[in-house]
Amino acid sequence: MTDITADTTVDAGAGATVGAAAGGAAAVGIGAAAAPPATAAPASPAVPAPDAAALGLAGAAEPAPDRHTVFCTRDLNVYYGQFRAVRDVTFDVCQHEITALIGPSGCGKTTVLRCYNRMNDLIDGARVTGTIEYHGLDLYDERVDAVEVRRRIGMVFQKPNPFPKSIYDNVAYGPRVAGQRKGLDEVVEGSLTKAALWDEVKDRLGDSAFGLSGGQQQRLCIARAIAVDPDVLLMDEPCSALDPIATARIEDLMQEIKREYTIVIVTHNMQQAARVSDMTAFFTAEIHSENDTRTGILVECDHTKTIFSNPSDERTENYVTGRFG
Amino acid sequence: MTDASLIGAVPPTLETLRISKGRRRREVLVRWTLLLAALVSVVVSALILWSLFREAWTFITGVVWAETWGQSGWFPRRGIYDIPTIVVPTVIVTAIAMVVAGPIGLGAAVYLSEYARAGVRAWVKPVLEILAGIPSVVLGFFALTWIAPNLVGRIGKPALLTVGLGVLGLYAAVAGFFAWSRLKRYRDGSSDSSALIGVVGAAALLAAMGVGYLFWLLSLLGDFAPARAGSLAAAGIGVGLLTIPLVASVSEDAMAAVPEHLREASAGLGARRMATATKVVVPAAISGIVAAFIVATSRAIGETMVVFMAGGAADAARFTDSPFEGGLTMTAAMASLASGTDSVVGEGLTFQSLYFVGLLLFVITLALNVVAARFVDRVREQY
Repeated sequence: MTDITADTTVDAGAGATVGAAAGGAAAVGIGAAAAPPATAAPASPAVPAPDAAALGLAGAAEPAPDRHTVFCTRDLNVYYGQFRAVRDVTFDVCQHEITALIGPSGCGKTTVLRCYNRMNDLIDGARVTGTIEYHGLDLYDERVDAVEVRRRIGMVFQKPNPFPKSIYDNVAYGPRVAGQRKGLDEVVEGSLTKAALWDEVKDRLGDSAFGLSGGQQQRLCIARAIAVDPDVLLMDEPCSALDPIATARIEDLMQEIKREYTIVIVTHNMQQAARVSDMTAFFTAEIHSENDTRTGILVECDHTKTIFSNPSDERTENYVTGRFG
Repeated sequence: MTDASLIGAVPPTLETLRISKGRRRREVLVRWTLLLAALVSVVVSALILWSLFREAWTFITGVVWAETWGQSGWFPRRGIYDIPTIVVPTVIVTAIAMVVAGPIGLGAAVYLSEYARAGVRAWVKPVLEILAGIPSVVLGFFALTWIAPNLVGRIGKPALLTVGLGVLGLYAAVAGFFAWSRLKRYRDGSSDSSALIGVVGAAALLAAMGVGYLFWLLSLLGDFAPARAGSLAAAGIGVGLLTIPLVASVSEDAMAAVPEHLREASAGLGARRMATATKVVVPAAISGIVAAFIVATSRAIGETMVVFMAGGAADAARFTDSPFEGGLTMTAAMASLASGTDSVVGEGLTFQSLYFVGLLLFVITLALNVVAARFVDRVREQY
């Protein structure tokens, strides 16, 4: 018990810095949880409990070297035309962890997520300032090809969106557009197995993907995303269109695959963030009353346990305890 | 009198609910007027079809086929009605028109729906639709005075060689893919041997058509002498220009209707815009795109003014299968018969040949629609 208290104190300090001045403080906060991923997220992540806390304390003194930053986001601003959708977001995403982005509607979570694979490039008038470094490389460098980025950073969308093609062709789509012609059968089987869908569909790979249930379709979309063997999976409220049983399956799946991938997930469901994620970033919206627009800001990014038990910012506490607004 | 605020408080009597006689009469009148409007269009269509069939039948039974058979020309005044003489130019003009309008129209549609920014689309699409409103007389004149001497006369031969071989290659690729996928399905054991016979037959037919086409192409290159005035090629290009907006506009509508989330899914998997367009958007919009091609083809077959002016023949023509000579399409033949120097209105069999040609046009367009509907059923990806 003392361990936990001590840990949260340390983290609260780090978190407060993030909330106030952003900058490199998020990295310190992350460094505090220096546990190897497997330990940091035990089988039931809802109760990460003492051992992680103890490790977190140990790491606070000296960040462990094996905790690798995938996305280093600094002073990120996103504009749609004149409208600023997101202001000065700074936080880090680490490898083989699940980072959850939570917050009320219109707070820019999805906008931030879509910056990581340059999906916002597809929107007319979208503009990004600040830096996002992906393994130390500037994602928005003019020499970087957004298509190559998306091959490494896959995306799963809110609504299951399989192509109107067969199950097989859905999964083989990514490898095919990347030019792969041989070994597709193995890729399809491997991806569907990883997405825990193989046994359900192996006898009807040629059938339309639209014949699957919503939960199966979403797992198909996950299989499709991992078929190109990405480094990171971005998930935009992947369970919001699903029932609780399908949701549980997707959450189990995320725990399975995070050993190989880094996951960033946007969710409206706070219980989900608490259950599955290692780190949580809480966003909120500044409301500009003069023109009735909202700009998203990051309040704090910290260990999920800290965010939900002892957040450093009052706004976070109000939100996670349901007293928001 | 009943106070409005008290309705509901007072229990209704028959007197308060009764419909007035005038009201009832008006309802009936409205109903019958609208029915009449609906019936007029149906009855007119039916009457047109019936007269078409009747007069065409008179022609078919009345014409001396023995005289017409083996002749190579369309000379209605002399009682010579060689059908291939007017069908082949129609096919040539339509084919050239679609070779022009298909790629350009589809390319414009893909650009507008997949590449263009909203601002560009907002002014390009209306301009495209204005183009569709250009009177065909104007295009006919343009085809005769500019396309024929400058385009067909100067670069006709190399253009024919390139486009002709391109079409042949495309044809071979499509036919080959079709045969190969059928054969693969047969080898997988998912269709039986009786289906294989059909496939082999179809493949043989397709191959024969391809070889025939190649020979035709070679024969054209052998004796290339472009007509100085109008020619089927000039008319075909003119008709093609006329149908570009149609192909582009209808295809673009179909592609724009494909949900955005499918494009995002494709982009998220590392597909470039062109891959998304060809592998996701076009397959999902295929029924609309095929519809665009069918409408455009029907329009090209039925187009009269451009071919009449720039086709290089009127009233009568010898048989030709060269796009560089003047020829008489079915529509041009009809227009010639019905008007101008060779007016034959009410003049017996010659007049009835008009109906026969009309019936032929109708049957061709109908067949085209049926074939296209079956094709769409087969390849459509429903979203």
